[in-house]
Amino acid sequence: MKKSKWQIFTNGIFKENPVLILLLGCCSVLAISVTVQGALGMGAALTFVLVGSNVVISLLRKIIPDKVRIPCFIVVIATFVTLVEMITEAFLPDLYSSLGIFLALIVVNCIVLGRAEMFASKNSVGDSFLDGLGMGIGYTVVICAIAVVRELFASGTIYGLRIIPEGYQIGIIGQTPGGFLLFGVAMAVLIYALGKKGKKFDPRIGCDGSCGNCNLGCENRIQDIKKEEETEVEK
Amino acid sequence: MNRLTVSVSPHIRSGNTTQKIMLDVIIALMPALIVSIILYGFRSLLLTAISVATCVLGELIFEKLLHREVTIMDLSAVVTGILVAFNVPVDMPIWMLVVGAIAAIILGKMIFGGLGCNFMNPALVGRIVMMFSFTTAMTTYRVPVGTVDALTSATPLAVMGNLDWSNFKDLVLGIHGGVIGETCCVALLAGGIYLIIKKVIKPIIPLCYIGALMLFTWILGGPQPILSVFAGGVFLGAFFMATDYVTSPITNWGKVIFGCFIGFITAVIRVFGNYTEGVTFAIILANILVPYINDLTRRKPVGAIVEKKGKKVKAND
Repeated sequence: MKKSKWQIFTNGIFKENPVLILLLGCCSVLAISVTVQGALGMGAALTFVLVGSNVVISLLRKIIPDKVRIPCFIVVIATFVTLVEMITEAFLPDLYSSLGIFLALIVVNCIVLGRAEMFASKNSVGDSFLDGLGMGIGYTVVICAIAVVRELFASGTIYGLRIIPEGYQIGIIGQTPGGFLLFGVAMAVLIYALGKKGKKFDPRIGCDGSCGNCNLGCENRIQDIKKEEETEVEK
Repeated sequence: MNRLTVSVSPHIRSGNTTQKIMLDVIIALMPALIVSIILYGFRSLLLTAISVATCVLGELIFEKLLHREVTIMDLSAVVTGILVAFNVPVDMPIWMLVVGAIAAIILGKMIFGGLGCNFMNPALVGRIVMMFSFTTAMTTYRVPVGTVDALTSATPLAVMGNLDWSNFKDLVLGIHGGVIGETCCVALLAGGIYLIIKKVIKPIIPLCYIGALMLFTWILGGPQPILSVFAGGVFLGAFFMATDYVTSPITNWGKVIFGCFIGFITAVIRVFGNYTEGVTFAIILANILVPYINDLTRRKPVGAIVEKKGKKVKAND
């Protein structure tokens, strides 16, 4: 089944949301989602890297030898991360200091490498661009949504604007346990929202139907193996 | 009329229901509540009432929202509410207590499927949430009424070096700073003994816990190993928190391991940790280990054959 351009784009926001459905890049989500400002900056940085690396890797997909593809992907990704790092340090020093190590850690962010491996290395440049944009927006929306709640309860502000008066803050929401808690809640909400009437959404992780490199052992795969075995027996 | 009645097993039924057991626990908690009212005034009763109401309402609303069977009549939410309130100082702002009680009942219990499915003691979840969120309010204690009014002080544990046999009476009767339910060891012990007599709890966990705490405090070089048992939340934890059915092991040897483990961790936190009190963390940590303890101490079924090489036990049928 070929996906339309629109489907490729929205895939990253809902059905294959990189954070809540694919469960990639959770570390930065938990760490950065304390303030909305930081979350927005992180989302923008990641989206830029993701789109850039997806496009370049897609362009080079026929040149990159299969055996050394991961190092090649990393080189491309690292280039974009260095770019982002330098630009932020030069023009947005506040954001740079608040994101700290997590900006540099985008290099090893699973979303970027995951999309390079799962999508960009197999699809055309246009599709890869849309995929990167969709995934980046998906990440940004989730991290910002979590950050709004965390900032509201832990510091009483949203984007620095005071909403709850001082002295009425619930500190734990801003600490690590609160991050995990809201992460779980966000996951539950998205899966509930994606479910159709009477039917629960089945987060079949990033499945494009090609079971070649997949070792998840989902039902489809098991049935495939059974069929293969049966045909072998028949032969 | 001599008819044979045919019915499905079980044929021998115990009169014990969750409701009756929880009622016994509530009765056992009453002495401590009364003492806390005497020590800290009626605000402690108010706090307890608010906490109980929040827990019961929280459970009711959660179950209504999810179209589940309403289980507030089993009184377990009431027990959780009382225990949450027992874990806060008397000057705790009410909205903070409400946050803690909601966290206890929703995060500690209902999210995992209600009573019997929670893996941590709900009241302790509430306490931990409050401790991390409102550290200052949770550690500002008032010295009981009748001594010096409205003066804040550290718990005896915070000044553990000052524990002394000369103020043993004050320590045991609870005339010192602390959260409202933990200070009076005598009242808590009375409640615990009531529970043991009514066979609601077995004395194994409390005894192992208190014994292990003394032992390890002594081994690790903490001051006053015997006196330190009467300070802080040891008695409340030992008799009412650690013995929670759902979150403690079912086998007797498991209970021994469980009790000793809590004692060990409490001693380690008290002697080496940044926090003065370690009961909460110790019990929660042990709660998480309960499935493994249960698994390791499972009794061999009668007539089972132990395989020579493998350690698995198979029933012989």
